[in-house]
Amino acid sequence: MSRILLFIAAYGMWVLLNWVPDVQHLAAGIFVAALVALLTGDLFLERPHLLRNPIRYWYFFFYYLPVFLWECLKANIDVAYRVLHPQRPIHPGIVKIHTDLKSDAAITFLANSITLTPGTMSVDVDKANQTLYIHWIDVKAKDMESATQHIAGKFEYILKEIFE
Amino acid sequence: MINVFDIIGAVLITGGLIFDLLGCIGLVRLPDVYNRLQAATKCVTLGTCGILLGVIFVVGLNATGVRALLCIVFVILTAPVSAHVIARGAHRSGIKLWEGSVVDQYAEDREGEV
Amino acid sequence: MQRWAIGAVVLILLVGGIVLGLAPGIFPPEMPHAGLADRALYILILAAVLCLYRIAAGPTSADRIVSVDILGVLIVGVCAIAAIPSGRSWYIDIGIAWALQSFIGALAFSKYLEGKSFDD
Repeated sequence: MSRILLFIAAYGMWVLLNWVPDVQHLAAGIFVAALVALLTGDLFLERPHLLRNPIRYWYFFFYYLPVFLWECLKANIDVAYRVLHPQRPIHPGIVKIHTDLKSDAAITFLANSITLTPGTMSVDVDKANQTLYIHWIDVKAKDMESATQHIAGKFEYILKEIFE
Repeated sequence: MINVFDIIGAVLITGGLIFDLLGCIGLVRLPDVYNRLQAATKCVTLGTCGILLGVIFVVGLNATGVRALLCIVFVILTAPVSAHVIARGAHRSGIKLWEGSVVDQYAEDREGEV
Repeated sequence: MQRWAIGAVVLILLVGGIVLGLAPGIFPPEMPHAGLADRALYILILAAVLCLYRIAAGPTSADRIVSVDILGVLIVGVCAIAAIPSGRSWYIDIGIAWALQSFIGALAFSKYLEGKSFDD
């Protein structure tokens, strides 16, 4: 199952890279995608049955992406303000937050979202204790609960719907 | 005859260039590795994605546009991961935070391990 | 006068000169969107010079690695800009390949920083 999905993904990427496709490119792509799927197919997905649920796509495209893009834009304006201010108004520090997510993909997406949202960047993940270490450019809260609310509150419940 | 897509593309490319330049100014101005990594990663990732989106609007959805779309997905997936990995490596190699920093709970937790 | 004020004046002069078109053109003017691509390339070169300053001056090796990583993403932007006036789609292929090797390079550099071998 995982190999077939990887074959489809690799073949789609091959067709997009050879845009305005002709017969030779399409035939060569079958061999290349089959080779990739044969060699690395078992690493691609752990639970492929989750992909069959259409509600997850709905949540991804209509809840996660707009929130993510808006936060990304806010982050850039925030960084621009801090960089251009003559006194550099920063109070950096590394804080610890707790997460309820368990699967690898969900934690990866949470860490990436945290890195691209205002003022925060993930430094390390401790999967056994379910904690993330976050470098925060303007520390507002040092204890774990309120820091979790500040940093991960917006994304955690959406990612739980998508990946868990 | 002025094309609307050309104007949208030029605005997106200009915004992307401004964010790229701001990210590199942050790389020069901010005091320690972690702050530099933050400013540079955020601004340069969004700036380059803005440039690529503007290229799609300017050239249209032909071979160049489709490749630029793939490139956007690729940059937005890999840039945060490399920032995370460099920050972790820098902290483990013993680089201290800037002296104006407020708190470092990662170092407190790692003292028990080592 | 503080250092940031001098830097701000120099940067505003440079960016203003680039936007007004004082620098010599890179692409022939009969190509489509040559003026936009010229100015965009000069701004990206300015950003890359700031990165190179951090590579030369960075007090620790982690600073230099960060700058090299950011320089890789900037070069993706350069490839995208160069694809507009010439209309050759393989410039963006170069950009994709450069982003890939820059990502793998960042992973390898971070393993070097942690002081581990590449196996674990």
